[in-house]
Amino acid sequence: MTPAPDKEAAKILSTNSIEVLYDNVMLAIKGVSIQVPKGGMVALLGSNGAGKSTTLKAISGLLKAERGRVSRGEISFEGTLITDLPAQQRVEMGICHVIEGRRVFEHLTPDENLDAAAPMSMTRATLNAEKQKIYEYFPRLAERKNSQAGYLSGGEQQMLAIGRALMTQPRLLMLDEPSLGLAPFLVAEIFNIIKKINKVHGLSVLLVEQNALAALEIVSDGYLIENGRVVMHDTAQALKSNSDIQEFYLGGGSATNFHDIKHYSRRKRWLS
Amino acid sequence: MAECRHSLTITGETVASILMRNASQHGADVAMREKERGIWKATTWAEYAEQVLACAAGLNGLGVKKGDAVLILGDNRVRLYCGMVALATLGVYAMPAYPGTTLEELQHFVDEAKIVAALAEDQEQVDKILELRGAGAAQLKYIVYDDGRGLGFYEAPGLMSWEHLIEIGSHCLNDAPGLRDDLLGRAKPDDPAVFLHSSGTTGKPKGVVLSQKNVLAAARNGHAAGAFDFGEEVLAYLPMAWVGDYAITVAAALLLRFTVNVPERQETVLRDMREIAPTFYLAAPRSWDNVLTAIQVSIENSTPLKKHLYHFFMDRAIAAERRKLDGMSGGALESLGRFIGEMLIFGPIKDQFGMSRVKNGFTGGEAIGEDTFVFYRALGIKLRQLYGQTENSAINAIQANDEIRLHTVGKAAPGVEVTIADNGEILLRADSVFAGYYDDPNASAKALAGGWLHTGDAGYLENDGHLVVLGRVSEVMHTKSGERYVPNYIENRLKFSPYIKDAAVIGAGRDELTAMVCIDFDAVGHWAERNGVPYVSYADLSQREEVAVLLRQAFLRVNNSLSEPLQLKRFVSLHKEFDPDDGEITRTRKLRRTVVEERYQKVIAALYDGSRKVHVSAIVTYETGDRGTVDRTLPIREV
Repeated sequence: MTPAPDKEAAKILSTNSIEVLYDNVMLAIKGVSIQVPKGGMVALLGSNGAGKSTTLKAISGLLKAERGRVSRGEISFEGTLITDLPAQQRVEMGICHVIEGRRVFEHLTPDENLDAAAPMSMTRATLNAEKQKIYEYFPRLAERKNSQAGYLSGGEQQMLAIGRALMTQPRLLMLDEPSLGLAPFLVAEIFNIIKKINKVHGLSVLLVEQNALAALEIVSDGYLIENGRVVMHDTAQALKSNSDIQEFYLGGGSATNFHDIKHYSRRKRWLS
Repeated sequence: MAECRHSLTITGETVASILMRNASQHGADVAMREKERGIWKATTWAEYAEQVLACAAGLNGLGVKKGDAVLILGDNRVRLYCGMVALATLGVYAMPAYPGTTLEELQHFVDEAKIVAALAEDQEQVDKILELRGAGAAQLKYIVYDDGRGLGFYEAPGLMSWEHLIEIGSHCLNDAPGLRDDLLGRAKPDDPAVFLHSSGTTGKPKGVVLSQKNVLAAARNGHAAGAFDFGEEVLAYLPMAWVGDYAITVAAALLLRFTVNVPERQETVLRDMREIAPTFYLAAPRSWDNVLTAIQVSIENSTPLKKHLYHFFMDRAIAAERRKLDGMSGGALESLGRFIGEMLIFGPIKDQFGMSRVKNGFTGGEAIGEDTFVFYRALGIKLRQLYGQTENSAINAIQANDEIRLHTVGKAAPGVEVTIADNGEILLRADSVFAGYYDDPNASAKALAGGWLHTGDAGYLENDGHLVVLGRVSEVMHTKSGERYVPNYIENRLKFSPYIKDAAVIGAGRDELTAMVCIDFDAVGHWAERNGVPYVSYADLSQREEVAVLLRQAFLRVNNSLSEPLQLKRFVSLHKEFDPDDGEITRTRKLRRTVVEERYQKVIAALYDGSRKVHVSAIVTYETGDRGTVDRTLPIREV
């Protein structure tokens, strides 16, 4: 592989061999160790049910709401162990998790949505300044800030969801499937904005995506999860050129005709 | 002494004649079982014989004749076995290949013999054969498949299902009343039973044709030596291209009317084995090692009480077994301990792994690690060693149940003569020895010079006739100071550690010995999770400091049992496993020493020039045939 991502570089988040159980019996992920460098942008790739969202929930603390728990391993954020902290405390520390499916308050306007997302402790002035910043990132939101959020398009709702997360002034932004159900051109637009926020403000981003091709365009490196385990970790460039990734995640060489779909799958080697 | 058994006569017999006899005398008995969607489906001897006859008639109708070869490609399947026997009936070369065989390797087979048809397991194998055809193998006219999933829309000429072939065959049999007897009388004992390939640890695999007389003689000799008895339950899970599989699941199974059980898939073998609980079980040392690792890992994972009990009884049983092998008896207290241990620990473990009924457990194919061997004996599985090769139908020397010694492989089976050449090479003479390599008179003359098979193994006979195998003649090596060692022996000792999957010991012509090892990803990964060692991939895990400590312990343990000049001084933990697709090991997972030493020459150089680390880029071959490289800097570690 291309030079191993420097382990000694300052990292904002690291998980050490975490294992997650739902209902005390369902093993969802096992031995997952990932790291996000400070100001870095990392993708978590994998197919449905691989354990990507579970990993994010373990980091944000939302597992508890789904009767899950981290049964082994530890998570540290900026050098502090957060494995057992409640979710709200993690938000205060600067971890924000945009969950899958852009859940906005449909009956409020985008502007109200953003207001609602701001922490109680935030002053009016900061709140307005933050909102202003978000409208600059997402001019489309500014245009529609007074219409009802439920009437926004999917892309706009996703922007709003990200905007709400930014209202908490996070240091680590975790996005779960921001491209879900969006047109490719909208995906590109949203990803560009994420990239810009990352660049300009040094916000660290952990991105979960099934759309591997789009994700690998903007991140520096990626982890591949399969069956609850990390099977590969490499730079985005190396992942893109890996033969296994191309076949299984980038749609390279796959059949275009339904008749041509094979009933067997090639053995994967996942070498890095 | 091995008990005297009534000897089976095989004079004049062929594979087909024995099958027909079984069908007429024991027609309703179960000959084979195959698991399909979770249900074991039985085939009786009568049905087996009918399938074989119809298949033979079908192939005959398609124009497949003596001198042609038919490729058998896939995992173990009842129909593929029927096909192999049908081909033997016709006197056609049945050429099984490993299911994971690459196109390049198949190309070699096509160049070698006149392959006119192929029996394929499923779509994956059919695709491979079509590709082969596309690459110029136009003589490959017919492709018969077992599992038709995904093949409905294929429009390749000569592609047909097994059912279709059987239908053709049944029509032929109905139309020509004399055909049945004609087919059954066609093959003679000297006609081919199967066309196999030598393992090819050095160079390209050579074609080995075993005649019906050869394989039946091997089965008869094995029976006479007490390797198996009538009516064993066996599991057909070994690759069909391995001689051991043919010797057991076809030759011995026919002669001694075994029930052959075919597991559903490779992935389900462990579970299927538990359902069957075979009475005879042959495995390569590699599989015994794997099961051992599985046992060790699951014990690690269990409760402290179980762990404690396991170690308490296992340690004592191993010590007792070692004493027994040294010829000392344990006394009454030991048998009591054994009894309780059997109830609490050994019995349940054997049951979990489907070994509760194993009467005849064998290891063969290459040398087994001493510790692994003793472990299973301590567990109460009467594991024995079997010595054989492709060229001599796998069964030659066998350890008798009451005469187990660690360093020998037992006495030559009745019907097998063994002698030692002046250069220390083991020579064999028996009915089970082949007549020569296919289309390679030079190699044949060399292998069979003087009427003896030159095995290529170095060894000696003890005074009481026990054969000691030291290793390949070409693999007995010397250090610079002239110290003799067999790398394979040391490698096996290293591999006893659950954390080491493969090892290559280096040191020929050098001052000291060193090694390159590949970690066992499952076992080390599991250990890492328990101990909070983060890792993301094989390459990452294999280079962790914590893992190096673990490996160092394994090395120290091995060094303890080696004389000072042969102790391992340094090692490198490689960043990828040895893989048959990369040519580093054979399909039977034997080390291809020359390939490994050439490919990792930079690492080897670094092991001796005092470097602290070395940068390597290894080539990997994907199943599509694409190649990629993996770059890493590997630290050189002191033991």
